[in-house]
Amino acid sequence: MSGGDAMLEVSNISRSFGGVRALGGLSLSVAQGSITGLIGPNGAGKTTMFGVISGFVAPDTGSVTYRGADITREPAHLRARRGIARTFQIVQPFAGLSVGENIAVGSYLRHAKPSEARARAEAVARRVGLGAMLDQPASALTVSGRKRLELARALATEPDLLLLDEVLAGLNPSEIRDILPVIHDIRASGVTILMIEHVMQAVMALCDDIFVMAQGRMIAEGKPDAVCRDPQVIEAYLGHGAAARMQEAGNA
Amino acid sequence: MTYPPEIVAEAVVGGLLTGSVYALVALGLTLVYGVLHIINFAHGALLTCAMFAVWALVTFTGISPYTAIIPLAVVFFAVGYVLQRYLIGPASHGDDSNILLVTLGLSIAIENALLATFHADTRNLDGDFGFQVVEIGPMLISRPKLIGFAASLIVAGLLWLLLKRTDTGRAIRAVAKEKLGARLMGIEVGHIFGITFGLGCACLAVAACLLMPSFYVNPRVGNAFVLVAFTIVVLGGMGSVPGALLGGLFIGVVESLGGLLLGDSLGQLGIFIIFILVLLFRPTGLFGARA
Amino acid sequence: MKRSEWLFLVALLAALALVPLLASNLVINFLVTALIVALAALGWNILGGLGGQISFGHAAFFGTGAYVTELLQLRLGANAWAAAVAGIAAGALVGLAIGAAVFRARLRGSYFALVTLAFAEVLRILANALDVTGGASGLLLPLQPGAAHFQFDQRSVFAWIGIACVGAVLLLTRHMMNSRFGAHLAAVRENEDAARALGVDILATKLRAITLSAAITAAAGVFYVQYFLYLDANIGYGTWISIEALLAAIIGGVGTMAGPLIGALALHGLGELTRGFAGSITGIDLVIFGLLLVAAIAFAPAGIVGAWKRYVGGRRNA
Ligand SMILES: Nc1ncnc2c1ncn2[C@@H]1O[C@H](COP(=O)(O)OP(=O)(O)O)[C@@H](O)[C@H]1O
Ligand SMILES: [Mg+2]
Repeated sequence: MSGGDAMLEVSNISRSFGGVRALGGLSLSVAQGSITGLIGPNGAGKTTMFGVISGFVAPDTGSVTYRGADITREPAHLRARRGIARTFQIVQPFAGLSVGENIAVGSYLRHAKPSEARARAEAVARRVGLGAMLDQPASALTVSGRKRLELARALATEPDLLLLDEVLAGLNPSEIRDILPVIHDIRASGVTILMIEHVMQAVMALCDDIFVMAQGRMIAEGKPDAVCRDPQVIEAYLGHGAAARMQEAGNA
Repeated sequence: MTYPPEIVAEAVVGGLLTGSVYALVALGLTLVYGVLHIINFAHGALLTCAMFAVWALVTFTGISPYTAIIPLAVVFFAVGYVLQRYLIGPASHGDDSNILLVTLGLSIAIENALLATFHADTRNLDGDFGFQVVEIGPMLISRPKLIGFAASLIVAGLLWLLLKRTDTGRAIRAVAKEKLGARLMGIEVGHIFGITFGLGCACLAVAACLLMPSFYVNPRVGNAFVLVAFTIVVLGGMGSVPGALLGGLFIGVVESLGGLLLGDSLGQLGIFIIFILVLLFRPTGLFGARA
Repeated sequence: MKRSEWLFLVALLAALALVPLLASNLVINFLVTALIVALAALGWNILGGLGGQISFGHAAFFGTGAYVTELLQLRLGANAWAAAVAGIAAGALVGLAIGAAVFRARLRGSYFALVTLAFAEVLRILANALDVTGGASGLLLPLQPGAAHFQFDQRSVFAWIGIACVGAVLLLTRHMMNSRFGAHLAAVRENEDAARALGVDILATKLRAITLSAAITAAAGVFYVQYFLYLDANIGYGTWISIEALLAAIIGGVGTMAGPLIGALALHGLGELTRGFAGSITGIDLVIFGLLLVAAIAFAPAGIVGAWKRYVGGRRNA
């Protein structure tokens, strides 16, 4: 993907935790208006990458550029104001607040007036299928409800770039079927999406471009069908990373 | 204003001796923090309680405060175990700030129960403890403080051995490291929490026995100790046993020199300021503690 | 906040306003003291209840309000009302300064509680040692009854001013809870990471909260000194007010609007009762308060107000 209209450019990012090298100097870019997938086995460093993009994890090297501005050192809340929103793989609801209040925290980002913020929150809740639960405590939601709440809060900030970290994980097939159109619809409304996903059928159905990570490296990128046939990708998945490691050891 | 070197040396040594007992108080606190990851705000009130117990034992039965060490340590171990296992643990629903508030509530209740029973008067042990001194070179050193120093080091050593060499110690360390993992290994976490809290209280009982011959007790005396103890724990790195020992000695010297140079109340000020500065700038402690 | 709760609060304040017309000086004295604690607790609740940052050191703000008000009058001959405003502003400033140091260092939970306590203790020791604050013998504000001096012959006037202040702070709290700032504060209390991801500036939110919280508690200190006319380090910066503010807010109902007022009245009422039964044994009331705090955490995390709501809710559903 070499389009000059990249909305987000991540280049040469590395990050270690103690001795563990979670990200080993990798780059990716997301085109305006696309749905881009970020896939790879567990522990590949995908969530850490989201942390770097959204301002939760400071990279050791490399840079993050959003719409031409270098935001590598910018605090998370300022990135949200720029229009980057994220969900958390491990859901982080405001457990003591109602569903409506949870979402309103997001909509207050663009609407200072309480009545407007609440109205926006209600609209977003309906959009993701939480319209009937506005007054329920967030702690009472099911797994699928919590995932929707993550999505709703992020959407309520009216982002231009939405980072979705495994929003489909833990949902059953019918719940996934319900939520795929919502994601389509979000893109149709002009929001660019970068999504981490394990559910391959969803990735194939939704994504324009795909980046594949394994062990902190980018091992492939391209269109969905091409990526699927890539031997390195197959190995990374089937071998759960072990094959790649053996190959590396062999090369060394 | 300059001070003759003997006076300064005496203040330093005096500070080290007092500091060793502070260290013992802090040891109980840091042990509980290291394992339960909780701040026991009732630590000072429990110390006051132990000091009154020593006072009452010595005054009414005539035994020596040093004879009281073992029975009192056993009793306080039991008290600590029961408090943690059957009160603090269940009442706080496993939430850290709840634990802080529950132990705050306990400390208010204990302190004021002592106030209601013993009134606000300050009490000392009868006897000639204050006059027992040992000459070391040009310095006159209080004998009870010297005993306190030696005994504190011994207790710290015993505690360290217990943690490193016994099965209970291994279980405590396992729980401190990884609660869930320890539970999976079949360790009963609630029991270990109780034992740890009990050990912390036993340290207090020993500290009380060592303090009383050279100190006094009133219902509020624990307040002064609790922030000192927190300062030591923070200095030494939360949860670190050697850190608490070093921190205790250091704070003892700071307080003693501060008192000499600035007067007693401003010497206290130095401790609080150290506490604040360490928390703001080195929250992991000064003495080699890990993050 | 529901309409019925709001009506209840208005009725409660109106009933309190009637008390001075009917009761003896002793009762009015009780009421004013409880109102001072209620005000301090309402301040505490903004930071501790709504913001989830539990402070053990609100005495730092109470004492600053009291000392600045008294010192400006004593040393510079300032007008009492101007001094009161300055006292509140100074309390807010101390709150902002402590907050800037502590929140920048990312201290939270138990660390935050302990460091606030240490700040209050530093101020107490200084006030006790310095000449300007009268040292250990404290400061006496000369008796000058008259509205211009914020002093009144009749205690009932103080009670009414206190009720008005509490009412004003309740209105402010309600407005705040329904605003963007209130939503941000709740978000910060519940989950800082999620809040940041939604564009909430954690530091700015906490700083606003501690400044507002400190200003209200400082107002309680101002009120204290104008009413009792005497101040020393153990009153102004002593742990008693940090503890009473916390107890009233938590036992009344942490994070609820009415909790601090209900808690302060309940605690002081209970205090009077135990003193009535147990005579002059000092400490008994605080023993009970300490145990009540434990009981509240164990059985009624939302305090009296929460327990009441549950009871009413239970009856309605039954
Ligand atoms: N905060 C952290 N501290 C230590 N190690 C971390 C931290 N965050 C991630 N890691 C490590 O980085 C690696 C990548 O993790 P992650 O980004 O969550 O992978 P993925 O989302 O692809 O499953 C893992 O080995 C993980 O243990
Ligand atoms: Mg992940």
